[in-house]
Formats: sequence, C-alpha cells, structure tokens
Amino acid sequence: MAAKKPEPKGYVGRSLKRVEDPRLIQGIATYVDDIVLPGMLHMVVLRSPYAHAKINGIKTDAAKKLAGVVGVFTGADVNAQCGLVPCAALAPNQKAPKHTCLASERVYFVGHPVAVVVAVDRYVARDALDLIEVEYDPLSAVTDPQAALAPDSPLTHPDLGTNLAFTWTLATGDMDKAFAEADRVIKHRMVHQRLIPMAIEPRGCVASWHAGEQSLTLWTSTQIPHLVRTLLPGMIGVPENKMRIVAPEVGGGFGSKLNLYAEEALASHLAQRLGAPVKWIESRRENASATIHGRDQIGEYEVAVKKDGTLLAVRSRTIADIGAYNQLLTPAIPTLTGSMLPGCYKLKALRMDIQGVYTNKMATDAYRGAGRPEATYTIERLMDLVAAELGIDRVKIRQKNFPKPTEFPFNTAAGLTYDSGNYQLALKKAQELAQWNKLLKQQAKARKEGRLFGIGLSTYVEICALGPSKMMSAGGWEWGCVRIEMSGKVTVITGATPHGQGQETSFAQLAADRLGVPIEDIVVMRGDTAVAHYGRDTYGSRATVIGGTAILMCIDKILAKAKKLAAHLLKAKEKDVQFKDGKFFAKGKPKNALTLAQLAAESYVAKNIPKNFEPGLEASSFFEPPNCTYPFGTHIVAVEIDRDTGEVKIVKYVAVDDCGPQINPLLVEGQVQGGIAHSLGQCLFERCVYDENGQLLTGEFMDYAMPRAKDIPDYVMGCTITPSPSNPMGIKGCGEAGTIGATPAIANAVCDALAPLGVHHLDLPFTPEKVWRAIAHAKGGAQ
Amino acid sequence: MKTLVSIKVNGTLRAHEVEPRTLLTHFLRDHCRLTGTHIGCETTLCGACTVLMDGKAVKSCTVLAVQADGAEVTTIEGVAKDGKLHPVQEGFWECHGLQCGYCTPGMIMAGIELLKRNPKPTREEICHGIEGNLCRCTGYSHIIDAVQYAAKKMAKAK
Repeated sequence: MAAKKPEPKGYVGRSLKRVEDPRLIQGIATYVDDIVLPGMLHMVVLRSPYAHAKINGIKTDAAKKLAGVVGVFTGADVNAQCGLVPCAALAPNQKAPKHTCLASERVYFVGHPVAVVVAVDRYVARDALDLIEVEYDPLSAVTDPQAALAPDSPLTHPDLGTNLAFTWTLATGDMDKAFAEADRVIKHRMVHQRLIPMAIEPRGCVASWHAGEQSLTLWTSTQIPHLVRTLLPGMIGVPENKMRIVAPEVGGGFGSKLNLYAEEALASHLAQRLGAPVKWIESRRENASATIHGRDQIGEYEVAVKKDGTLLAVRSRTIADIGAYNQLLTPAIPTLTGSMLPGCYKLKALRMDIQGVYTNKMATDAYRGAGRPEATYTIERLMDLVAAELGIDRVKIRQKNFPKPTEFPFNTAAGLTYDSGNYQLALKKAQELAQWNKLLKQQAKARKEGRLFGIGLSTYVEICALGPSKMMSAGGWEWGCVRIEMSGKVTVITGATPHGQGQETSFAQLAADRLGVPIEDIVVMRGDTAVAHYGRDTYGSRATVIGGTAILMCIDKILAKAKKLAAHLLKAKEKDVQFKDGKFFAKGKPKNALTLAQLAAESYVAKNIPKNFEPGLEASSFFEPPNCTYPFGTHIVAVEIDRDTGEVKIVKYVAVDDCGPQINPLLVEGQVQGGIAHSLGQCLFERCVYDENGQLLTGEFMDYAMPRAKDIPDYVMGCTITPSPSNPMGIKGCGEAGTIGATPAIANAVCDALAPLGVHHLDLPFTPEKVWRAIAHAKGGAQ
Repeated sequence: MKTLVSIKVNGTLRAHEVEPRTLLTHFLRDHCRLTGTHIGCETTLCGACTVLMDGKAVKSCTVLAVQADGAEVTTIEGVAKDGKLHPVQEGFWECHGLQCGYCTPGMIMAGIELLKRNPKPTREEICHGIEGNLCRCTGYSHIIDAVQYAAKKMAKAK
C-alpha cells in the first residue's frame, strides 16, 4: 500500500465530514412531502392499466360527488392549459408524438396519466380514483423494439405511421479500408437491459399560486430547478420571472429527476386554477411505471483487428427502445453511447448506426451514466472477446491500444477530444492493488479444483462536466455568486443543484481556502431559483467541476475588489497590497492588516470608500467550460460462481479511479462506491420487464431486485491523479465513474469464470437462474 | 368513523382522532408532524419508514396507527438526547454513511435496534441486520462502517 499522504494545509484535499449531515441524520431536513401549506390540497393521478388502448369515455361524476373531492380533471379539462411535455434533444427529422400531460384519445403505456383527482386529503383522493370509470378499447401493444421495425408490426403511435422515431449515424475514418486491412473480424450481439432508476424518494411536488402577484412557487423533487424554470413557462403560460422553483432536499435522482414531468405542470396549473396549494406525491408503483427508465439498447457489433491485437475499427448497429414518448433528453442517450464507443482506445474508423424505436413503454432517458455505461460495457466486453479470439493477454491488448500519456489531448475516432489521461498508470495501479499475479494463481488453483473462478477487468473513460454550451441545448455553463456579508460571514450560492453529492461541504472547502476564512463561516445555498438566480443544475458529473469553478471566479472578483478598498484604507498603492490567510496588508507591513470581515463592513457602511467604488462585496460569475472532462480508471473484479445454484459471488473488488485532484476524498469514495452498487445491480439482478402485452412486471421493490447490504463486496479503492486542462482546479468529476467502470469489469469476471465451460458471453443480468442454465447447458444437461 | 389513537411518541403522549385505516407512518408524519420518518414504497420493502415500536424495529408504512395504540414509538427525531447525537447517528456522520439522506432515518433506526440485540456485530451480521433497508446512493459500505463505528463507541462508553 502507498505511504500515508501528508495532511493538506488547507481544507481542500481533506476528507471532511459533511456540513449537510446533521439535519439529515436527525430527521429534521425538509423533503417535498414534508411541506405543508395552509389550505393545501392533494392531487393523485389515475393511470392507464393498458399499454395501448383507445379511450371511449371517462365517467367522473361519482368521484366528483365524494365528500372531500375538490375536482376531477381529464385531458379535455387541462391539456390545453398545461401544454406539451418538452424534449430538448429531438434528433433532426425525428417524428415525435404530441406529449400532452394527460392522455386524450388513447393511452400509450402502462402508467400513462389519464385523469387527476384533487381532494382535501390523500386518502380521500385515492378513494376517488376508484370511482372514476374509464372505458378502454385495448389495442395491440408494441413491446419488442426489433419486431417493431417489421413492416407489418402494430404501431405504438398509429398517427405517426411508423415505430421508427429516428436514425442517427456517426461515421468517421475509412471503414472499408480498415476492414480490408483486418486479419480478423469479431462479431457480437449484446443486449443492454432496461433498468429502473428507483430513487428511494419517489417524485413529488407542491405548487402554490400567489394570486396577488400572479406568481407561482413550485417545490419539486428535481435535479434541475433552473431548467424547470426555463421550460415550465412554455407549458403553463406563467412567465419565467413570475416563477420560483425550489428543489428542497431531494431523496436521490440518478438522472430520473433530470426531467420535467407532466405532473409538475398539472399541479402548477391546478394550484392556479383552484386558488389553493396542490401537493402531488408519487407512489412507488407510479415511480416504477411513470418515471423514466434507463439503458435498453440492443447492439450488433463488429471489431476489425490485426492479429497482433491492434484495433482498427468498430462498427455497430443499435436499436434503442425509447418507449412511448420523448422525455427531456430521451434521444440523446443512445447517441452519447455512440460518442463514447471507442472507450480508451485508438481506432482508425468508427461507425454507429442507431435506430430509435417507439414502443408502448415508459420513456427511457438519462439514468446513472446515461449512455456511457452502454458504451463502456460494449467496448470492454469486446476487448475481452477479441483477446480470447486472438489468444492475446487481455491486459496487453488494452495496453497496446491505449493512447500514450503524451498523446493527450487525444482526438478520438468519435470526434471528441479527451483532455488528459494516463490509462497505463491507472491499470498498473489497479493490478498492484489487486495483486494480479497472485489472483491469477488463485484462479489456476480454483480451476484445478473444478471451481468457477473468474477475473474481470475494465479500463474505462467517461465524458463528464457536461459541457461546453455548444454541446448543450440550453447552455452548459454554471453560475455562482459569493457574498461577503457585512459581518464577514460568507454566503456561497451555486446554480448547480446538489442533492446528496455533498457540495455544501466541498464548495465550502474551496471557498474557505481561497478566502482564507474558517469553513464554519461559510454557508452554501442551492436549489432555489429565488436565491440561485441562474443555474444549469446537476447531471453528467458536472456540478463540482463547472459549479465549483464559477465559485472560484466569484471569489477572485471579490478579492480584486477588496484589494482596491484595502489599498485605499491602508493608504498604499494597490499593486503593493498583498493578501494572505484572509488578510490584506501593504507589502512588508503584515502587522497592519485588514481582515476580509473588516473590509466587508467598510464596503457596506460605505463611508470611507475610494472614488467610483461600488459599495458591497459580492460577485457573480458564469463559468463556460472550454471542453468536457474525461475521467478514467481501471476496475478489477474476481468472482466465484456456485456451480449448483448459479449464484455469483464477488470475492474481490478493486477500483482505481482518476477524477483529477480530489477536493474531498471521502465524498469521492462515496460517489464511486454508490456508482458501483448501481452496476452491481445491473450485473446481478436488475431488469425492467414488460410482458408481451406491455404490462410492467417489475413495478415494485418486490419484483425489481436492487442490491442490499449483503450483496456488497469489500472494496479496495485507489486513485491516480491526472489533472484536467479544462478547468483551473484540474478536477474531472466522479458521480458516474463507478457505474461506468464497474459493469464491464463484473461482466468480464463472470464470463471469465464460465469460459472453461465454453460459455463466452451471457447478457446481463447474471441471475442465478440464467447462470445455472448456462452451466447446465454447457454440461449438456437440463436447460 | 374516526377512532382515538394514543401513542407515546419519543416520550410524549400523542392522541389523535384518526380513521382506522390510517397508517402509523401517516400518524407520525401528518398528525404528529414528525416528518423524519420517510415513505419510500408503502409495501414494507425499503425500510425508509422504520421506527421502533415497543423497542422493536417496524416498518411504519404497514402498521396501522390503531395497532400501535398504547405503544411506545421512537422515531428518528427522538434518538438524540439532550442535544447529543446517538452513536449510530454519529457513525453515519463520521463515516459518510449517507448521501441524499432519504433512507437514513430508517437505516439509523434499524442500526440502533441491531446494536441492541447484538452489541458487537461482524460486518456480515450488520449486513443481515440492515437487509430490510434499501439505499440507492451509498452502496452500503459506508453504512456498514457507520454501524461498526457506533458499536465500538457504545462498547467504550460501557
């Protein structure tokens, strides 16, 4: 193990415990369902039990008559006023259905909102749902995205005339030449199963209309209050400057709350219409059926290689099941897969053809990793398959195709520019931590004893800190504001909207060091558009990189201003004023110093300020990143499979991640471990299942198996530090690294364990039944 | 038809007229305004609503308030004493055992009950003890550390 590093001098780099925790561990934090307003009403949603049906009629009289019911609303009552649910990422020429908030003539997926009840309490509201009668005429559902492309397939949206939503092609290099030069072409098909994000807090919101001001406040469990404020006006017609969006404490998002949903517009409109606050809280079953899903791609892949293991080209044809509607970023997820398909490797040519297909299911969209896990899983599985086919060591084939550290910034075959990297070093470090050679010996011994022991590795790279505004439909900058209060206390306001990632702590660490003040004097505010006026929020592992840089830019402006005031008060020339440990002094006179607090007081009292000096000590900044960041690393996994039960047990897990310099290593560790758990779920249990009629079979925690504590291995965590040139701190982001790096590592380990039986690939998840069947089949036994 | 339910919550007797179908979790959240107990599934599977009822950890989303009539209930709000955190709370803070914090109150209550039954649990026993509680953020490792931290701290205090 490496020698213990010396403790850093300031706050940055230290594993400080979080300032946000005391309220959370005492149960005194405020999540959206904890908000109670005078006269507040409760909204519940009636949802379609059918995947595809025509609505012949809706009878609401009995529900309306129930004591305590304030109103029952169908599409005919509210759709005109609530606008269309937005998508910010439609592909060029994409055919898209009109996404009204409530169904009108038809329903298109199980969980499709059909009507809402508003009542004085949630029990009464749910009673009323049972009294609504909807006459459905069930229609054929489209559930298989491949079959959906057949000319005689039923249609998800008959009015579109096709199930093909869009096609997207990325093609670079001379593909024909690369394939002509190849000694071997390895072909493979992989399925990236549909997953359900399942944040433990379901979605929910409270809308309050202020009749006097004609303005709206919406508290909503979202990752993106600022994007909601940008988009909701277009739905309900309340102007942006009359709209305050608050993300209170948010109980997990993982991409599922990176969206604007119909229910947020419905509650907002009804609060205005009924003149009373309206609360809506999603149930778990609703969360599983009507909050976005993730992944769901089927790919056919071809790799062209030289016999020495040099990669030449990758070609893929992918079908992306996007569900019935386009949510905020739906079409952009499979295309991000395309952009990251080269992984850590040099390629001469790349081609990815994606067909986005409508099916009668919930929309897919950004879920932890958002297209990148599919890319990494694909290329890293392919690397193992190629290595096996050519009889080349899987470590050596990776090393052979990595760009050298001196080749960065590195232009990939997909047209991206990786900022910095040292893939060799991360791989080497992971091998050391895993005791690679010992592990190989352990495997040889296990195999001799007839045990199924596998070792897997993945060398991954991801795209983070999204992104330069040219890549993002609504801008990719981040905003911040820092104010030195009159008392000298510091208020830091970020437009990023952390919801569990810990930036109330890490941003305070950054600010305390740069300002030279104790961390206790700093408060970080976020998540309220009335406080954080602008922001692009939290997704794509961007908040610390882009939001943190914006904070530092504010502080630099403040320090420059404070220096002017200090020069005036110290009767010194500005160029002679120095700043150290939170104090300003004239060169050579450190004893005659002014603290930041003293300068703040002077700046607000404003009795003795320089000519043309604006009072106050506050600055705001937008940081526009010049490029994305590209964190990377190596994960190594060892598994043992029980031959009798098919159960996979992870016996070793080593993660080496390079997210650049770390502001708070404890928080980085938490992010990576949490990310790995999502992968572990995808690898071992998780699968969103619709039956052939489009019924969701995994609509509860009972049926959708997520990892529990007993499923988690002991981790060996390590890091390398390769700074990014894309921001002054050199940091890269770490929120999705675990999910992106882990899935292929676990999958490669399981396939390695099964290799002696002649099983070279299984699609995820590796449920005991699937693994057991593969073992039995290989032995020529029961299937 | 409403019925009077009296529950000693965190040492204080709370009596409210509620419908017989009222869940304990709603009694605590809506009637007592103790909102630290969270609801994640309403089907006993996630454990976010875990409270102690007569010393035993229960999922309050599938206990009716009338079933808890006359019982003593401890919620997350009643765990710290005299402004001092319970060692399990402290462990969660020290070990970064939480991120979004939504599952945390339930996890802490499950951890407290586990340590009552088994003051020196192994990592495996901790995993088993919190098996009824789901966390989607942390990946559990730091939660296990947190419970171990508390066990050590409580053993020292004895």
